Amino acid sequence: MASAGSVRRIETTQMNGNPEIQLNPPPAASNVPTSHATAADSLRFQISALKVFYGPKEVLHGINLDISANIVTALIGPSGCGKSTFLRSLNRMTETVRHARLEGQILLDGDDITGMDVVRVRRRVGMVFQRPNPFPKSIFDNVAYGLRINGVKQNLADAVEHSLRRAALWDEVKDQLHKSAYALSGGQQQRLCIARALAVDPEVLLLDEPCSALDPVTTAKIEELLVQLKSTCTMVIVTHNMQQAARVSDRTAFLLDGNLIEYQATGKLFTNPADPRTEAYITGRFG
Amino acid sequence: MSASSNPTLPGGPFPALPGRVRHFVERFRRGDEIAHVVTLIFAAGVILITGLLVYVLWVNSSASRHAFGWKFFTTSAWDPVFEHFGALPFLYGTVVTSIVALVLAVPLGVGAAIFLAELAPPRVSDALAFVIDLLAAVPSVIYGVLGIFVVVPFVRDILAPFLESTLGFLPIFKGPSYGIGLLTASLVLTIMIVPFIISVSREVLMAVPPDQREAALALGATRWESTIRVVVPFARGGITGSIFLAMARALGETMAVTMVVGNDPKIASSLLAPGYTIAAVIANEFTEATGTLYLHALIELGLVLFLVTFILNGLARLLIVSTEQRGGAGNA
Amino acid sequence: MNLRMFWRKAVNVIMLSLTGASTVLTVAVLFFILGYLVYNGGKDLSWHFLTRLPAPVGETGGGVANAIVGSGKLLLIAMLFGVPIGLLVGIYLAEFGGKTFSFVVRYTTDLLNGVPSIVIGIFAYSLVVVPMRHFSTLAGGFALGVMTIPITLRSTEQFLRAVPNSLREAALALGAGKWKTIVTVVVPAAASGIITGIMLALARVAGETAPLLFTAFGNQFWSSGWNQPVSALPLVIYNYAIGPYQTWHEQAWAAGLVLLGLVLVVNIATRLVLSRKTSAAR
Repeated sequence: MASAGSVRRIETTQMNGNPEIQLNPPPAASNVPTSHATAADSLRFQISALKVFYGPKEVLHGINLDISANIVTALIGPSGCGKSTFLRSLNRMTETVRHARLEGQILLDGDDITGMDVVRVRRRVGMVFQRPNPFPKSIFDNVAYGLRINGVKQNLADAVEHSLRRAALWDEVKDQLHKSAYALSGGQQQRLCIARALAVDPEVLLLDEPCSALDPVTTAKIEELLVQLKSTCTMVIVTHNMQQAARVSDRTAFLLDGNLIEYQATGKLFTNPADPRTEAYITGRFG
Repeated sequence: MSASSNPTLPGGPFPALPGRVRHFVERFRRGDEIAHVVTLIFAAGVILITGLLVYVLWVNSSASRHAFGWKFFTTSAWDPVFEHFGALPFLYGTVVTSIVALVLAVPLGVGAAIFLAELAPPRVSDALAFVIDLLAAVPSVIYGVLGIFVVVPFVRDILAPFLESTLGFLPIFKGPSYGIGLLTASLVLTIMIVPFIISVSREVLMAVPPDQREAALALGATRWESTIRVVVPFARGGITGSIFLAMARALGETMAVTMVVGNDPKIASSLLAPGYTIAAVIANEFTEATGTLYLHALIELGLVLFLVTFILNGLARLLIVSTEQRGGAGNA
Repeated sequence: MNLRMFWRKAVNVIMLSLTGASTVLTVAVLFFILGYLVYNGGKDLSWHFLTRLPAPVGETGGGVANAIVGSGKLLLIAMLFGVPIGLLVGIYLAEFGGKTFSFVVRYTTDLLNGVPSIVIGIFAYSLVVVPMRHFSTLAGGFALGVMTIPITLRSTEQFLRAVPNSLREAALALGAGKWKTIVTVVVPAAASGIITGIMLALARVAGETAPLLFTAFGNQFWSSGWNQPVSALPLVIYNYAIGPYQTWHEQAWAAGLVLLGLVLVVNIATRLVLSRKTSAAR
């Protein structure tokens, strides 16, 4: 896994050629022993000329995007703009659709993910889905699932506890680890899914509208969680809720009809968008 | 897919192979390809078993087919000693018992299905449907036992005398009855196929979209009128399908019929006379069959039975599926 | 209320009663069967009956122990042969299948399901009895196994399809391969349905007589091993019922009660479990 070292780099967006300085200060060092706390401004994903086809239909038209490490990147856009498709191509979940085809290049820390074993890609890039989808197993077995299929047999209990703590769920479930996951509330189930995804220690966590099925109070809790997690895990979140994007993310990409329209620091995109279409979307003229 | 042919990627144990091949090998090691192939082989195995069945029936009836040709179906002689085999009595018995059973079972079954699907409150309907499904699970030999010890005496002592005295002028009700015979077999078959008609018809009726009923009721129709004029016509394909299914079941039914039909390979015009069906003669004489021609004749009968039930089941399924699709599409 | 209206309402009530009567009649038959069996069979049902061999012709006493064990052996072979095939092909159809091949497989399965059981007996006779040159448990088990294939296949496919796709996606996203997903997530999620499907299939073939007539053939004594003729409950019921002796008739009732009891218990239990599962999932 290529590490960016400690060189501070100024990243450029490919859209308008202006150098953009990362908005937020570099993340503080955390006490959590993961190996993904790289220096600020390094890039997790480098995506160039990404096209996705479902059969003959071209759904994404040549996206160029770089995703920085240890920040939250939001993808916004109207329904059908391709943001979920884009997200799913980052962990090759597009391959579960028959007749889906990818063109272009997606580099994860310099490694081309289409050349890698897909299982390894998905261990490094985890996913949380729109509706919570815990397995019909116990809470413990849900979190341990990813570890077990990767052959981990020792210290499962510790790893499970660690993940549940990272997902801010440990205190609520520590006495009922062997109860069915379906006994939990919707918000707890979603946090369980986050814990399950974190258990294999991914470098990136992809979240596909993770709060759209949840109530506002639970949503706030999960948003808080995401902000806490970003120092140890890069996050890419698709959301149709612009306020959520504004609250939670550091950079935002606006997609429309399969094209990347604008991509910059969240604050700038929402207060002073460069493209008139972005402005039209965020002011609610269409959506 | 560009960039996947880069040979220097740290992407796993086989970086030197081109992308597509490497993916295949990795999937292979993970067991996905093996699983696909193995399950596919078993699926082909099912097709193989069925094909083998047809082949076996065909090949093992060859002596009889060559010896008798089409006359097999028009001759009445069934003479193992002189090796003259004609299937007509069995065809007659099979068809007559099935038709009489259907004539009795269809009104009963469709009527009950209408009651359960349209007129009864849902919990009552579910409970009764549960019981009727259990009826369908009763083994046929038990229906046979009941046939021998309950239906036979009933026919002999009550029903046959009654029919003779009232309708005895009709050829189908002539003659003395010892209790066994075509009518008894038909009665037992009726009891056996009614549950099938009920459960399939009920499901088909329940699949009719509610707006059909509601439209009729809103126009002032009574419940029965809405049922008989709107819902049943909409579902008639599926109901016909259930009748075909029941008929296929009746044709192939062996044990219960064998035990009460009388086992007499003659064609009589009276329902009260004993008779024989295809399934019954195979059951009774297969292990006694001496000589290849005899055995092949019996197997040829089995082939006939197979073909007839195959056609009926195929038609039935077409009808039922097409009715459910109409219901799903929501238009008549 | 004019005459026409009165007539229409009257017809409504009459038809309600008639159709209701048909239903009640049908249901009454089940209770009648049960009642008759319990009454006639209950008299002879005893531990003695269940654990003894048949008595010599015309003598009293004797039981159906060998028939019960024989049915058990036949069901075991049927299960060993039919269940894995049904399971694996059900998995193929639900998880892997291509469009046309799956259609052919499903069509063939339905075809196999509709074959009269006596014809399956002919099939098993030609394939197993003839080469072996004698009747056997294997032949009977094979016939019953062929009959369990379509039933387990359809219910396995049905329950696997009912597992929501979101579970498969969750497993794939965690890095599980397709087969691993099927084995660790999809099949366990569908397990109770699949098991009930298997039990219903076994209950169904346990009562079949016709395919055993010239494969298992029946046996007065214990059948050793797997390649000898073997007795079975349905065969015993059939032979005793059509026999001439009153003692045999009584034993037919008792054996019938045992068979029906087993079949009904399995059916009621599995259907209750299934209906509770489907209503809990809502």
